[in-house]
Amino acid sequence: MKRLLVYLKDYKKESILGPLFKLLEASFELFVPLVMAAIIDKGIADGNKKYVISMCIVMIALGVIGLVCSITAQYFAAKAAVGFSTKLRHALFEHIQSFSFTEMDTVGTSTLITRMTSDVNQVQSGVNLVLRLFLRSPFIVLGAMVMAFTIDVKAAFIFVVTIPLLSVVVFGIMLITIPFYRKVQAGLDRVLGVTRENLTGVRVIRAFGKEEEEKERFKRSNQDLTKIQIYVGKISSLLNPLTYIILNLAVAALIWQGGLQVNAGKITQGEVIALVNYMSQILIELVKLANLIITVTKALACAKRIENVLDIEGSMKEEEIIRTGDQTKKEEEIAVEFRNVNLRYKNAGDDSLKQINLKVKKGQTIGIIGGTGSGKTSLVHLIPRFYDATQGTVFVDGRDVRTYSLEELRRKVGIVMQKAVLFKGTIRDNLSWGKKDASEEEMYGALEIAQAGDIVKKKESGLDFMVGQGGKNLSGGQRQRLTIARAVVKSPDILILDDSASALDFATDAKLRRAIRDMEGKTTVFLVSQRTSSLQHADQIVVLDDGEVAGIGSHEELLKNCSVYQEIYYSQFKKEEA
Amino acid sequence: MEKKVNQKETLKKILHRIRKYWLYVVLSVAAASVSVALTLYFPILTGNAIDHILEPGNVDFEVIAQILKKMGIVILLTAAAQWIMNISNNKTAYHVVQDIRREAFEKIEILPLKYIDTHSYGEIVSRVIADADQFSDGLLMGFTQLFTGVITIFGTIGFMLSVNVKITLVVVVITPVSLLVASFIAKRTYTMFKLQSETRGEQTAFIEEMIGNQKVVQAFQHEKEAMEQFDDINERLGKYSLKAIFFSSLTNPATRFVNSLVYTGVGITGALSAITGGISVGQLSCFLSYANQYTKPFNEISGVVTEMQNALACAARIFELIEETPQTPEKEGASILECVDGNVCLDHVKFSYTPNQNLIENFNLNVKPGQRVAIVGPTGCGKTTMINLLMRFYDVDEGKISVEGRDIRNVTRKSLRTSYGMVLQDTWLKTGTIRENIAMGKPDATEEEVIHAAKMAHAHSFIKRLPDGYDTVITEDGGNLSQGQKQILCIARVMLCLPPMLILDEATSSIDTRTELKIQDVFAKMMKGRTSFIVAHRLSTIREADVILVMKDGAVIEQGNHETLMKKNGFYATLYNSQFAG
Repeated sequence: MKRLLVYLKDYKKESILGPLFKLLEASFELFVPLVMAAIIDKGIADGNKKYVISMCIVMIALGVIGLVCSITAQYFAAKAAVGFSTKLRHALFEHIQSFSFTEMDTVGTSTLITRMTSDVNQVQSGVNLVLRLFLRSPFIVLGAMVMAFTIDVKAAFIFVVTIPLLSVVVFGIMLITIPFYRKVQAGLDRVLGVTRENLTGVRVIRAFGKEEEEKERFKRSNQDLTKIQIYVGKISSLLNPLTYIILNLAVAALIWQGGLQVNAGKITQGEVIALVNYMSQILIELVKLANLIITVTKALACAKRIENVLDIEGSMKEEEIIRTGDQTKKEEEIAVEFRNVNLRYKNAGDDSLKQINLKVKKGQTIGIIGGTGSGKTSLVHLIPRFYDATQGTVFVDGRDVRTYSLEELRRKVGIVMQKAVLFKGTIRDNLSWGKKDASEEEMYGALEIAQAGDIVKKKESGLDFMVGQGGKNLSGGQRQRLTIARAVVKSPDILILDDSASALDFATDAKLRRAIRDMEGKTTVFLVSQRTSSLQHADQIVVLDDGEVAGIGSHEELLKNCSVYQEIYYSQFKKEEA
Repeated sequence: MEKKVNQKETLKKILHRIRKYWLYVVLSVAAASVSVALTLYFPILTGNAIDHILEPGNVDFEVIAQILKKMGIVILLTAAAQWIMNISNNKTAYHVVQDIRREAFEKIEILPLKYIDTHSYGEIVSRVIADADQFSDGLLMGFTQLFTGVITIFGTIGFMLSVNVKITLVVVVITPVSLLVASFIAKRTYTMFKLQSETRGEQTAFIEEMIGNQKVVQAFQHEKEAMEQFDDINERLGKYSLKAIFFSSLTNPATRFVNSLVYTGVGITGALSAITGGISVGQLSCFLSYANQYTKPFNEISGVVTEMQNALACAARIFELIEETPQTPEKEGASILECVDGNVCLDHVKFSYTPNQNLIENFNLNVKPGQRVAIVGPTGCGKTTMINLLMRFYDVDEGKISVEGRDIRNVTRKSLRTSYGMVLQDTWLKTGTIRENIAMGKPDATEEEVIHAAKMAHAHSFIKRLPDGYDTVITEDGGNLSQGQKQILCIARVMLCLPPMLILDEATSSIDTRTELKIQDVFAKMMKGRTSFIVAHRLSTIREADVILVMKDGAVIEQGNHETLMKKNGFYATLYNSQFAG
């Protein structure tokens, strides 16, 4: 929580004034029973109507002042809490954006999203409540006791006994039930799990005729959940009756003690009523305090989770960039070079890439092929420095990629990832991710190359067609082609297509490859694919096998002397050639 | 108006489900009445006692002791009644929700696939989980508070009237002001809250998009723009939240102020009539505590009503799911499909997902035992439609599909479906051990059978390398396995029962080439003598097929074997040749 308090710093004034006004309001509230006692003892006993009316005016005045104080307090508290969470969200978003691929892989995006949304909201309401109530409730409890002492010391001792007893019951029950609520949550998660599974796997479950078993499984977890819920319910059901007993026994004791003291002439009848009133005020505040503590515990847990995210540091440091100026001057023939490159992902037991050596000339088309998990994607992800090589060096245009600023490096590279992701907005918006000020011609040019011209032409609104979130209103193949266009619009020096034609049929795939080959300028193209037919015409084909290079060469060369390539090729074409 | 009718309907349905627990409801109502009555009686006792504490030397301890004894009994009885009420409410609410949840789940099991395919999982899940949860909270709270609140209000009025009419009038007239104030504020805050939740939704969507696809954002160096867009939404959210929180937090001080007005009103009229001897000081103190008790339910009720309305809305959403039309029930006397050789016949089949968009029309196909049918075509051409029809996930609109000459609508779904071995492109595994997953089609399979199936699917070696072997627990969606491993397990699962007919949907698309080669062999073995329907991109599979169905835009446009289709020089030929175009 300490780390998060920084974001409250700009709201120091509000954070102090809020509770302060709350305390003011509470003190006025504490005077009310005394005023009432005065009415009874002086007004009624003396039959003084004027006194009664003036005291009632005092009470209304106390109420008005209390109202003003409390509204002021609410305003300051709300302002501080909202300001705090706005700043916190900004900081979190900024921080997460600085994460490199390694952090994104290890933390997981869904976790980050809940941290930024529901966790921040919980902390916000925690802050708001704390500012409003955390001082008020204990203040009233203690204040009521102090007031009781000013009335009569002996009677006040009943308060001294009752308050701790009530606190033990209220907080005790709370402490006992909190761990059970966690169990309830776990039970709910299980019910949720079964439900989800039956939706995602509906075809398999029905194909195997498993409906009855699944119903039984659901029934069991559902019953377990209800059992825990009822059990917790039983415990928390004790709260009301127990506090009622303690409080009212205390009231009875006060009456007896009050009677004794009045008899002895130490206090008046009105003061006995005031004592009873103070007692009821205490209970109300204790219950509020207990609820507050539940909210605060939740908020603290959320705060902790947010802090954990803030504690993660981006592993890719740009400060380390050493600028070695002269290297950029000469025109390099080699666009990309891998020199003895090894890559091991964080927390992985084994290297994903081993001893990769590769030189790619400008304007060449490089095919990369290999089975799943052979390291194809890892290899191309090193070029725009999504990850750092654990050993060895990757050079782009003759310069170590670590000597570029990320911005400069990634400007050179256009990449189309396996998963075709588009963003909410028009097609135009999406394409301008590649190049902010791209003209309409440039966009159409890129769309033609990506075989996506038809998609846009068929839409009535053309480039202004609204893509829904996640590109839901487009088919997989359409999305894929649009992501290719987005990378092509950039007119990058290096274009990487990471198995990004998988959703396209053979004919479109072939046309796409031809168009990319005919692209203007000296674009170096990396084509990752599982199909040998897609790579046949590449200048060089890199065959990867379990993270190692099993062969580099043209299609014909590899067919002659690379056994892994032969295996792949023949598994795909054997029957046709026979 | 319509909303009201709907609420009434929903309420009726809830009551119908509560009826089973009527004993608890009766108990709760009785206990609540007792507890409220006793709670109201207590201040009278206090007042009585105070009236015997007058001044020094004038305190009647004997009477006070009598009253205190009575108080003790009242306290214990009240506490007991409160406890019984709480427990009964708990039981009713949780059991009703349990029942409703089960009803909803059982409905899911018999919903037509069409419903599940066209609704997002999240939406259905949230009905069964979140809505049910909110409903139970609302039900519990509504039950307890609304009921006791209403009895308290009427009880208090009754008790107060019995003591003094004038002061009662003061209380009854001033209190509704707090309701007015609360509803006034609530109306103002509603728009703020709506704006807040809309903006919050916008922000969540944005975060999901940007953080969820951070890799793309970074690849295109879109960070700065994203930050700017985020800040814009964030600022707006801050503005709306401040307003919403501040205005809604006015309710509490405002109603409390009204309460203090009531208190003062009672004080002034009470004190004045006490001076004239209308009531005693004890009665005044009793009135003061009534004034507190009486306003409390008023303040709570507005909260309870919104909570209850929310609960009703949630209940309505669950009932909507529960009342969804189920799949056509099994025909009466539907028989069990047995002794399947693999004769499948599609006869003048017409089918479409939406009424005015014809997909498959007048489609005929006769598959003899052991034949292979390859379904090919570009992506999105509707290849899964065939699977949906064969497995009877969807019913044909016209014509019929028959297996062994029997219309599949005349046999039980279970027997039809278990006659097929299905491996889908989407590899789904259930949470549970690997053994349970492989034995899914035959839960009583022996260890040997499971291992044999795994070996056949080339899964045995990787399973053995897992920390717990066959007892390794697969997490939801098989998160701890690679795509290829999941696919192999799906194949092993079919391998274990090996039904007479097979449906393979691009079954090996994400397995590496070497494993794929081995699996090809196993598939060949599996398919021998079995009627197979294969959705495939692989030309070798396609060429070997007895019948090739060429699909485009949802319809079957060509049908025949490789040679005839090539001769025809139609869409298939183009598709086939493009594989070799550079």
